[in-house]
Amino acid sequence: MGKPSRRQFFKIIGATGAALLAGRGAASASEGHQVNNETLGMLYDATKCVGCKACMSACKRVNSDYGSLSYEQAPFDPDGLWDAPQDLSGSTRTLIKLFKESGKKWSYVKYSCMHCQKPSCVSVCPVSAMTRDKVTGIIDYNKNACIGCRYCQIACAFNIPKFQWDKAIPQIVKCDMCKNTNLIKKGITACAETCPVGAITFGKRKELLEEANKRLRENPGKYINKIYGETEVGGTNHLYLSALPFNKLGLPTLKDEAPAEFSEKIQHTIYKGFIAPVALYGTLCFIAIKNMKKGQEVKNSGQEEGHE
Amino acid sequence: MSHNEFQIHRAKIMTPSFIVLLVLTLIGFALIAVRFIKGIGAVTNMSDGYPWGIWITYDVATGTAIACGGYAMAILIYIRNRMQYHPMIRSAILTSMFGYGLAGFSVMVDVGRPWNAYNFFIPSKWQANSAMFEVAVCVMAYTTVLLLEFLPAVLTTLERTQWKTLQLLLDKLYARMGMERPERIGDRLDKVKDLAAWVKPRLDKVLIFIIVLGITLPTMHQSSLGSLLLIASTKLHPLWYTGFLPLLFLINCIFIGYSIAILESVISSYAFKRPYETKELSGIARIIPWLTVIWLSVVIGDLAWRGQLREAVSFDFYSRFFLLEFCLIAGGSLLMFSGKKRESIRWLFVSAALIVLGGALYRFNVYLIGFNPGKGWHYFPALAELLITVGIVAFEILGYQVIVKILPVLPKLHTRQQHDAEKA
Repeated sequence: MGKPSRRQFFKIIGATGAALLAGRGAASASEGHQVNNETLGMLYDATKCVGCKACMSACKRVNSDYGSLSYEQAPFDPDGLWDAPQDLSGSTRTLIKLFKESGKKWSYVKYSCMHCQKPSCVSVCPVSAMTRDKVTGIIDYNKNACIGCRYCQIACAFNIPKFQWDKAIPQIVKCDMCKNTNLIKKGITACAETCPVGAITFGKRKELLEEANKRLRENPGKYINKIYGETEVGGTNHLYLSALPFNKLGLPTLKDEAPAEFSEKIQHTIYKGFIAPVALYGTLCFIAIKNMKKGQEVKNSGQEEGHE
Repeated sequence: MSHNEFQIHRAKIMTPSFIVLLVLTLIGFALIAVRFIKGIGAVTNMSDGYPWGIWITYDVATGTAIACGGYAMAILIYIRNRMQYHPMIRSAILTSMFGYGLAGFSVMVDVGRPWNAYNFFIPSKWQANSAMFEVAVCVMAYTTVLLLEFLPAVLTTLERTQWKTLQLLLDKLYARMGMERPERIGDRLDKVKDLAAWVKPRLDKVLIFIIVLGITLPTMHQSSLGSLLLIASTKLHPLWYTGFLPLLFLINCIFIGYSIAILESVISSYAFKRPYETKELSGIARIIPWLTVIWLSVVIGDLAWRGQLREAVSFDFYSRFFLLEFCLIAGGSLLMFSGKKRESIRWLFVSAALIVLGGALYRFNVYLIGFNPGKGWHYFPALAELLITVGIVAFEILGYQVIVKILPVLPKLHTRQQHDAEKA
């Protein structure tokens, strides 16, 4: 190996290695990111949910125009009488599913955007189409900026953002807590407003955590003793209580460190102040020009009959 | 930098392979039209679980690595000062130009809302945390740099051309219309010639700065292609998920670059019935195994440190693909370590092909095979999806075939003999 490329290698090895070590060291402390409990969120209590899906239909009714949502037909329903989404999709922002372990042990679960405190989708979006509102904590999507690269889908540990695969003019679909619809008009999300049994509580994250802890305290043995989303991937604003293990309900078991913390650390270490790329360019220019001059000298002294 | 090291390959453009490639290209582009009318879902098997399919994995992540011949050769020639390889640079740059240009094109086919891509030029939309932003800007810049690097070939031709075909065409056209051909056209053609002659020396002066930019940019975005998957800590299999992804992608693209330069040279010598450049190629082949050894040691060291070595030899689905990738690269490198095998075109070809395959499989492993979004998701590319990729690759080869026959790209034959004579 020649001098410059070796130097170049060490620089990058060093940068990556340093980032790795820093990442390991700071994982527990996580100084960079702080949880803001004044932001808005929802608490879903799976033990209260009766699976009526009123939240799903309210969500679609309220957001269908703004969010470009449509009704999904089931194969058994040729007349299209029911909206029957199988999963979250380019037409559905929230979904109720039933997980049945046995005749006695079963639970409903509601899927929608988790509104992370340190969201991966916002971290990876190249054109700031995904943004996190500093005050409300809502992760919002701007279709007028989105290029449709679907990196947010790769990044999201919960597989929440959905893409409209069957449309010529597609967009990303995910819950925005009715930011532009119900929240403006009524100050509450459509699903929480509609829920007839109070399974969905809307409020500030601080209050939701207090309420969840209260329910855990007052009903020993009823719940799994954990609030899902309190610490997962750096904390989410959509919180869950359940009687069944969360991973059985399709909520993945995740680390407390936000994936975006680690990836951003490496990216920042390599590109901090754009110093490394500029230094690399400068060094390479220096070497290349020196080589070129040397080459010309050799050519001039060596053979006069050479071209040019 | 002399322009006399290159020559136009004088041969017929309309060959049987030209027709085959043209048909494949047309099929691919017809399907691209379908994608824009009916949506991405109509031609692909991509899903919300596998939002990146073969287009991103092959055309972008792997295609740009295969297009790193220009990058790797530029490091060798301008930074490590091996001017004897200079005659090989132009064909390497041409393939890089096609590789990168078409990677950019397939991104525009792949993204859902390409009309919003102008946001990359609006500072308020910039998102420096995103590896994708870095890749996109760098790839656009590098494609421009490649065009500039290739410009001398076009300018030289413009300078010397007699516009024979064009003159003939014009004569016929005017004869048919029964009119006298005005003099003006000849003047205008001369003006183009003058312009080319004016631009060329000025471009030559700054070319070295552009060339070095052409070395810096791939260093940045090839590592960022690895950084892209750093966010997918829960989805990418631990055999491949590591903080060293950027470093591994960078070294990977350099050894793929040198190997592909060897393959290209062997294939074009064979296809265009020119003598093999055995001497230059064995020189390049000497560098490759050192790079792969560094790469393989980082891979093994990292797996050992993360305690994944047992996983690597467990022979499950993921482990098999890992071992295949590992063996292809290690096998190719072992062949290249042998000085005798490096003297043989056949072995050079085989070992370079093994390394390109292994290196490409590594990128497939990271982007697709090792990527698991959770239960219930499956992906295998649809026929139409594959045909679009095939069409784009066919267009790439087609373009290369045509351009080497109209522009001075391939090394001049007597230059090489002259080099040999100097050495002797």
